[in-house]
Amino acid sequence: MVDTAPVTDWSTDFDVMDPEYLTDPFSIWDELRQTCPIPHTDRRKSSWMPLRYEDVTAIAHDIEHFSSLKVAVIPGDEDEDPNADFDGPNLEYGLPPISADPPLHTWTRRLLLPWFSHKRVDSYVPLTRELCRSLLDGFADKGHADAAADYAQQIPVRVIARILGVSTDLADTFTGWVRDVLEFADDAERRQRGAEGLLYYFIEQLSYRKENPGDDLLSELLHTEVEGQPVDDGIVLGMAALVLIAGVDTTWSAIGSSLWHLATQAEDRKRLVDEPALMPTAVEELLRAYSPVTMAREVTEDIDYAGCPLKKGDKVLMNFPAANRDPEAFEHPEVVLLDRAHNRHVAFGSGIHRCAGSNLARMELSVALEEWLARVPEFSLADGEEITWAGGQVRGPRLLPVIFP
Amino acid sequence: MKIRVDPDKCQGHARCYDLARELFDVDDYGQSSVIVDQVPAELEDNARLAIANCPEYAIEIISE
Repeated sequence: MVDTAPVTDWSTDFDVMDPEYLTDPFSIWDELRQTCPIPHTDRRKSSWMPLRYEDVTAIAHDIEHFSSLKVAVIPGDEDEDPNADFDGPNLEYGLPPISADPPLHTWTRRLLLPWFSHKRVDSYVPLTRELCRSLLDGFADKGHADAAADYAQQIPVRVIARILGVSTDLADTFTGWVRDVLEFADDAERRQRGAEGLLYYFIEQLSYRKENPGDDLLSELLHTEVEGQPVDDGIVLGMAALVLIAGVDTTWSAIGSSLWHLATQAEDRKRLVDEPALMPTAVEELLRAYSPVTMAREVTEDIDYAGCPLKKGDKVLMNFPAANRDPEAFEHPEVVLLDRAHNRHVAFGSGIHRCAGSNLARMELSVALEEWLARVPEFSLADGEEITWAGGQVRGPRLLPVIFP
Repeated sequence: MKIRVDPDKCQGHARCYDLARELFDVDDYGQSSVIVDQVPAELEDNARLAIANCPEYAIEIISE
């Protein structure tokens, strides 16, 4: 059983699923950066968590000592079973390229990247905009909505379904599977259910597309050749599952956190409404301040890093969100500056695993905010109603009730 | 001013391309490159902005 007792010592016994941490990790990071910038825990598995920009980016670039084969922040029974990070049928290669090291990482990534290039992403703008508008049609006249569940959550899953070539009617089912795998991973049964649902669905879809190819990502992966050979079915399955998993929880969380910020900071909301040209820098700043994603690495051999005795097999939780709040790297990192000019943030990671979907995520966040502000320029949190946050691998609001005139 | 993108450092964040399309292009794999021989004087600030936003420190000034 996972130890879920409240944390009393964040340096030696941290818990990224602690309720206090889920709601406000920022003050905990700020204190730890001063006293213990790479805290450790033995909960779930021996894990280290770098919080400084310098450490996070250095480790991200050291792929020799820090492998990406196991990237789950909440581990499964992976020590016993190498596939347990993502249990299910035929996933001997995990979810490449995210859970791969070179050379598998390199060529699988090259297969995905063109689908998320600027050119391709520009072609997804009209459907994203139309989707946002139809969601807003559903509640803009009601005076209240859940900005997370009714809006943010509904957008990326449908765009990614279109790219994959699967039915957008199953959006809620996809979201459920992804949440089971990422957000409820401490519950082994639920995690297993999500993983199986997702994998069996894609096995069926891939089998259909083998005979009936379309112009979608799944079909291309099935019919492409690498060095004269077709791609192994298990690799295609892992890549398909990855695109869905990585394309759903992450961007939805960024949209939700950004709307939370604008609901609570009226000055920023008004400024963005009055100065829509600020959107590009505002999007980068909101990504910096509320970076959703933490990825894990696995230590490949015993090594001392910055005075920490890392052991082979330890996890390192790459806290990109905390790196982006490091005062050594950003002036007044605690302040959201919608026009921040110098913003070398690593919300999409750093090094060879830079998020392959970063162009898509930026576009979705930007379009989602533009459309929301055009239709609902004034809004605030609904008094007395509960806001909940998911965290661990991906941080963002899951319930975000707001009201508007 | 002359600048270049180090292809070994660039990881395709595309911040330079988003900030200064007059100076940078990006291919289907995210690799950025500089598309001008000399940075026009009026675009030098944009070049510096791109340099200051690259998470991989991949953009170099070859000559001022």
